[in-house]
Amino acid sequence: MSAGLKYIDEFRDPERIECLLDRIKKRITGDWTIMEVCGGQTHAIIRHGLDRILPDGINIVHGPGCPVCIVPPHVIDNAVTIAEDKKVILCTFGDMLRVPGTNTDFLKARASGCDIRAVYSPLDALQVALDETDREVVFLAIGFETTAPANALAVARAQSMRVKNFTLLTAQALIPPLVETILRDPGNVIQGLLAPGHVCTVDGYQEYEMLTARYNIPIVVTGFEPYDLMDGIYHLVTLLEKGENVVVNSYARAVKREGNLSAKKIVKEYFEIGEGSWRGLGRIPRSGLHLREKYGHFNAEKKFQVNTGPVEETSGCRSAEVLRGKIKPEDCPLFGAECTPENPFGAPMVSSEGVCAAYYKYRRLNHGKADIDG
Amino acid sequence: MNKEINYTGPSCPLPLDRYPKITSAHGGGGRLTRELVKKIFAEAFRESNPEIEHDSAILQLNKGRLAFTTDSYVVDPLFFPGGDIGKLAVCGTVNDLAMAGAKPMYLSVAMIIEEGFETALLWKIALSMQSAASEANCRIVTGDTKTVQHGKGHGIYINTSGVGLVPDSIEIHPSQVRAGDAVIINGDIGRHGIAVLTAREKLEFEDRIESDCASLSGTIEALLDSGIEIHCLRDLTRGGLGAGLNEIAESSGMGIVVEENRIPIIPPIAGACEILGFDPIYIANEGRFICFVPKASAEKTVAILKEKSPFKDPAIIGTVDAKAGGMVIMNTAIGSRRVIDMPSGEQFPRIC
Repeated sequence: MSAGLKYIDEFRDPERIECLLDRIKKRITGDWTIMEVCGGQTHAIIRHGLDRILPDGINIVHGPGCPVCIVPPHVIDNAVTIAEDKKVILCTFGDMLRVPGTNTDFLKARASGCDIRAVYSPLDALQVALDETDREVVFLAIGFETTAPANALAVARAQSMRVKNFTLLTAQALIPPLVETILRDPGNVIQGLLAPGHVCTVDGYQEYEMLTARYNIPIVVTGFEPYDLMDGIYHLVTLLEKGENVVVNSYARAVKREGNLSAKKIVKEYFEIGEGSWRGLGRIPRSGLHLREKYGHFNAEKKFQVNTGPVEETSGCRSAEVLRGKIKPEDCPLFGAECTPENPFGAPMVSSEGVCAAYYKYRRLNHGKADIDG
Repeated sequence: MNKEINYTGPSCPLPLDRYPKITSAHGGGGRLTRELVKKIFAEAFRESNPEIEHDSAILQLNKGRLAFTTDSYVVDPLFFPGGDIGKLAVCGTVNDLAMAGAKPMYLSVAMIIEEGFETALLWKIALSMQSAASEANCRIVTGDTKTVQHGKGHGIYINTSGVGLVPDSIEIHPSQVRAGDAVIINGDIGRHGIAVLTAREKLEFEDRIESDCASLSGTIEALLDSGIEIHCLRDLTRGGLGAGLNEIAESSGMGIVVEENRIPIIPPIAGACEILGFDPIYIANEGRFICFVPKASAEKTVAILKEKSPFKDPAIIGTVDAKAGGMVIMNTAIGSRRVIDMPSGEQFPRIC
């Protein structure tokens, strides 16, 4: 791994960003509501204050692309049920630890004796299974197109090494069907999309071309640095002003139209597309990636016989509207008052990619205390 | 650079072939406990001349005010690039004393050791503690040892308490922070957290990242000796610069405005944080502090820090602004403004 990454500075160079900002200002004549899909982009926009320097005509709303936020409570409930078996080690990404299930979360379950460990990659979880052969290791495989290849790789390794004590509990989502649910909504106000650069790095952007055609909406594949985001917004504003509904790739240094073919191949080998149920978005056909039947012995739901279906959310959390871009976090009466990162009512407040967390962390000024611009 | 820890010293006086590992009997209060205390701790801390024959150390004090602090250390792994739990346990407490303007004098050391812990490692840790204490010019004068069952601890936990003398004229406290004060940091941020993380998770970066773990008492003494009117000091440990700034803003009721592009950070740390999805302002340090001084003394403070700080890149990173009461605000490198919030819990790497 190289830690040099000198080029990062170029993508945060104030002069280059200023220059793009000028071009956006020159181009824009109308009012446009645009959505960035990915939680990483949301955090970059809020952290760097990009939405505050853009012209007033641009209204940025935030999309559903936070992998932790959309994991539905019943998946967390099922994971805790599995972890209550003393034989089980539940491995998960650290970001999941504080996400509320129906009545509990992983930190609370851990405090009451469950063996729940934060790992950095599914391969780390597989290593735990290799090290502790008398235990059952379950990896909570969440995420989008970006994490699915690594999850598939872990199953492939487990298969070739004949590992018997490793399973996945999957909650893997596909971005285009989630976005489509939002666009199809009769009350949809989104006029342009910034497509998620990392997801497109893996999956390409052919599916976004279909969305463009079906919903008459321009889409720009966009990266994550301030310059990338401003460049994406510039292209999107240009398309909107011209009325051109096409896909433009502004993140060409990472994204190819067809995506990463070997990553797609391994995902297809181990997972099949099926219905998914997501926090805030509900049941969506063809939006989930599930283990194929022939790899059923790696499926934790089967091995541990847990199958609690989706449950109603009753916390008062308005993440459903937040994740669909209908309201901003500060429009929720719980935000910043009762709902905080220490006492989250919904996942968007806990995840490092969650939009409520971003607003709380970088923008709390609007809720009491002084205004930073004051 | 950090002074390398001297683990070579004398060899462990406790016969390692007889007791290669710590047993529960070493914590039982009987003969083996006494042998452990005499042969490991009394020997390793000989320079400190600890009181092992009595229930308490008796300390001679001159008139004045005492600073008193305590901290517990549970780092994983116990040995990491640039330090170990022993050095950390001494430097951490010494630094807490130094931040109150106190001259560190005496330390206590309490160890909770897991049954089966290698005696040779315990010796190494004890030597490292003495080496750090000598560097900070203070003495380890009393201590305690307990053992816990195998599997009930993480090798070793250490608690240290310390006392230090606060010179009469010194009033260093968040309440002393004034509007217009310069906020100065003594060096680049994020080394300790990333060094420990890379050691624990066996991550490999091109550049070896070492912890900044160091005693700050000499640096603070130099600042005090120079006659600079120091209003407040805070060492930046868990929660990093972000937590330190927020603590002072909250306690003082003042706002703090920092400039993102003045915060020193070396490229390997910036790169590691990018890859992992961490914000470097929340990464732990063990040899960094912020200092609040009148604007007129800012340049002089930086000059002294340059001379004294191990990495020599101190910087004026911001100013105290009464208008932003209780908040920390950052002028970002790209020209926008944002809040720096108190961190909530630990940071986790990004998922995608």
